[in-house]
Amino acid sequence: MRIELERRGGVSPLFSILSPIIALALTVVVGAIMFAMLGKNPASALYSFFIEPLLETWSLHELAIKAAPLILIGAGLTICYRSNNWNIGAEGQFIIGAIAGSILPVLFPEWTSPVVLPLMLLMGMAGGALYAGIPALLKTRFNTNEILTSLMLVYIAQLFLDWLVRGPWRDPGGFNFPVTRDFGANAILPEVISSGRANYGFVFAIVAAVALWFLMRYTLKGFEIAVLGQSERAGRFAGFSARRMIWFSMLLSGALAGLAGISEVSGAIGKLQPVISPGYGFTAIIVAFLGRLNPLGVIISGLVLGLTYLGGEAVQVSLGISDKVVRVFQGLLLFFVLSCDTLIHYKIRLIMPGTAEGRG
Amino acid sequence: MGIFEAILLSVITASTPLVIAACGELIAERSGVLNLGVEGMMVMGAVIAFMATTATGSPYIGVLAGIAGGAVFSLLFGFLTLTLVANQVATGLALTILGIGVSGMLGEAYVGQPGIKLQPIDIPLLADIPVIGPLLFKQDLIFYLSVVLVVGINWFLFRSRAGLKLRAVGDSHSSAHALGVSVIRTRYLAVMFGGACAGLAGAQLSLVYTPQWVENMTAGRGWIALALVVFASWRPWRVVAGGYLFGAVSISQLHAQAFGIGIPSQFLSALPYAATIIVLVLISRNRRTTLINTPASLGKSFVPDR
Amino acid sequence: MKKLLLALAATTAVLGFAAGASAADKAKICFVYVGSKTDGGWTQAHDLGRQELEKALSDKIETQFLENVPEGPDAERAIERLARSGCGLIYTTSFGFMDATVKVAAKFPDVKFEHATGYKNAPNVATYNSRFYEGRYIQGVIAAKMSAKGEAGYIASFPIPEVVQGINSFLIGARSINPDFKIKVVWANTWFDPGKEADAAKALIDQGVDILTQHTDTTAPMQVAAERGIKAFGQASDMIAAGPQTQLTAIKDTWGPYYIKRTQLFLDGKWETASSWDGLKDGILQMAPYTNMPDDVKKLAEETEAKIKSGELKPFTGPLKKQDGSEWLKAGESADDGTLLGLNFYVEGVDDKLPQ
Repeated sequence: MRIELERRGGVSPLFSILSPIIALALTVVVGAIMFAMLGKNPASALYSFFIEPLLETWSLHELAIKAAPLILIGAGLTICYRSNNWNIGAEGQFIIGAIAGSILPVLFPEWTSPVVLPLMLLMGMAGGALYAGIPALLKTRFNTNEILTSLMLVYIAQLFLDWLVRGPWRDPGGFNFPVTRDFGANAILPEVISSGRANYGFVFAIVAAVALWFLMRYTLKGFEIAVLGQSERAGRFAGFSARRMIWFSMLLSGALAGLAGISEVSGAIGKLQPVISPGYGFTAIIVAFLGRLNPLGVIISGLVLGLTYLGGEAVQVSLGISDKVVRVFQGLLLFFVLSCDTLIHYKIRLIMPGTAEGRG
Repeated sequence: MGIFEAILLSVITASTPLVIAACGELIAERSGVLNLGVEGMMVMGAVIAFMATTATGSPYIGVLAGIAGGAVFSLLFGFLTLTLVANQVATGLALTILGIGVSGMLGEAYVGQPGIKLQPIDIPLLADIPVIGPLLFKQDLIFYLSVVLVVGINWFLFRSRAGLKLRAVGDSHSSAHALGVSVIRTRYLAVMFGGACAGLAGAQLSLVYTPQWVENMTAGRGWIALALVVFASWRPWRVVAGGYLFGAVSISQLHAQAFGIGIPSQFLSALPYAATIIVLVLISRNRRTTLINTPASLGKSFVPDR
Repeated sequence: MKKLLLALAATTAVLGFAAGASAADKAKICFVYVGSKTDGGWTQAHDLGRQELEKALSDKIETQFLENVPEGPDAERAIERLARSGCGLIYTTSFGFMDATVKVAAKFPDVKFEHATGYKNAPNVATYNSRFYEGRYIQGVIAAKMSAKGEAGYIASFPIPEVVQGINSFLIGARSINPDFKIKVVWANTWFDPGKEADAAKALIDQGVDILTQHTDTTAPMQVAAERGIKAFGQASDMIAAGPQTQLTAIKDTWGPYYIKRTQLFLDGKWETASSWDGLKDGILQMAPYTNMPDDVKKLAEETEAKIKSGELKPFTGPLKKQDGSEWLKAGESADDGTLLGLNFYVEGVDDKLPQ
């Protein structure tokens, strides 16, 4: 048996909607078999995984907290990837953004003006953008591949943060543990509504994603991004500069990653510590692609991926399913979603042996 | 053995898995496939090699199992990205998530068990040469394989017909297809070769470097291997240079610490990454050579028109 | 999407999902782990403690845990989930969970919390820690007896007080035997990377140390020591399997007795907040058998252990000087717990610099 693809005339609107649903159905079936084989009740496992986290207010807030950085970073990355700039160092830009934004509350804690928080956010964005500017500079100036430079800069950022919180920025009243002082109340990103702890980071994420969608869809800049992403040559004929696009997309995605970093630190953590991200910058790459490089799609994929983390904990608690099983399940879900997206552009045919048709 | 040789010996052990995994990824990328799942395939290779070694008592069977495990696991990536033309970047990342999860499940019972080390093999006569002998000719099988691998893929890519076809597929899949080369089959083989190499690199970790299994024991080495391919601008000898540069800086910083030079350890730990960037900047200034070696179809899916 | 969820919810309801509450009369005792429960190190030690607890009080309690919980907002969510799922007593087993524990505790005043290695207490938040450094002192004594060169290698993870205590205590112990004893420190900047730990071990051995101790969690350094034929100390668990001819002893984290003691208090309704810092005498850490050493050294180690247990010997007792040569403790004076908990300087003789 062979599988053959046949290109559809265009994008199938039906399958654009149907494909994630098929993927979910497949995940549910395979997941049910997997849970049953582990001796767990598949129905309650799937319920805990997908439904339970959506039923309670507190957990919806938690979902918003978890999804916010993924959406914010992921939306920025769509611009990079659409324009063929392979920024995979958003994790580092997230960290540097968090550090830059924390300068005020850590070094000048006695300054409690209301402008502190907006300044922190701006500095966070600037920090992330500047850090993403390094690969941009190296790429435009020295032709250095940004995949390598942006990735290497992640490790450097992590170590730099580690050094800061263990050395110069260590909380003087913290028994020499590696954390900075707690941010003052004026430096804390407020909660959106009082029913839970979701903060304005989620609002930033939605606003940014919608704005980028608008940019891609209705502006000349969006057209420029698409054209340069398709072919640098075609872009040159249209008078677009690939060099400027490198700067634009890297700085933009860096700024959003930086904003995500400072929002996370000032909204959800309240101080700097050696590890501030469980790999948001890398997970956001998957989010960007699961969202089909469409900023609005990123909102959905960010929420879905966030849900898998919450659901994963829920099944650990309610059914004692191991954390490794959860990760396998998460991987399966991703695989199904990615492969079902094929249906949007292609018809899939199964060729049985014997029916010699076409060639491989 | 003087301290200099001792350092070099540590460097070789630390660099070998990077070079092996990067060689595999280099072939996959030369065929136009960007597989970001190296970390996942490597950790699968490590756990399967360890399990097979424990079961049979023979690390050589472990090596084979690691290679096979990596290759089979990479088929999952191949099926998605080549047959179903799913996005390569996202699928590769998902493969890493899956690999870490599955290896953790498989290896749960093996944590803390002492492993069996793959013993060095002395090469007669050559092993007696001073300095070079102990460094290069009293090594284990996987090191020798890494040498064969580098020489082999260099020959394959630039001297063999099949290598020419592989590069053609990576540079322009439509033209290669028009010339009658089976793009999909070539890429499947390249992806599996990449998986096999990542599996072998994983086996080196769990059988030579540190003969044991712990979850996530690759600790990001798959990512470094990926970066090395870019560093090398898709040329095998540069993979060796990059891998050994990275290993050498990593080991030297530990020695610098033990020596007590008083620089914060975080800065020293950051050196391998910074060094890689700086060297790449220095060598990639010539835009033309980089372009020539970059597979033009890298990351792009291919569906033959019918 | 929403429709599908509803449909899914309906299906699961039909399939007979019932809030699978088990025996409701058993108290639920919960644990939050920063690593995997089979990490062979820190988290595994806590999980062994949990299993011991479950065995000891199996008729009265059941246990639950969440593993691989990242420090930060995820921790707060994980702890809150456990608090909401009916846990009566929650142990959060990593320093990085401190603020999350305190925040959730404020929201759930009826749930009791125990946070490992931190310093923030509340009426329903207790803290607990282990005097690992007592074991390091014994290791230092053994090292000074066993090392021909008078120099040990120390593979450290991160410069937190616990690790700094360990380095100092090791050297104080060693210098009680050999006043010229030295240690070389290498920071691996990881708790858990077998490759890097092995590289650090090799670097130290290549620079001439003939005895090795580690404050990272995998057995990789022990394996390297075994291969190079020098002696070494294990960390967190008994690592004798990785070096049957190599391990002198190991500090075993044995949280079980503490968990049983505190959980029993909780069941009896007598639980109160506390900051406990137990040591060898309480069984929260134990020394693995003294092996691969002559009988007189073994005897000395056992005597030292007994003296620490009886309180006759306190590792941080003067006369002690700081690294810069200034006086820290006068003869006979012992360091107070407050200073030790936040220790961020070396005693005289450590050949390394701490980030300031």
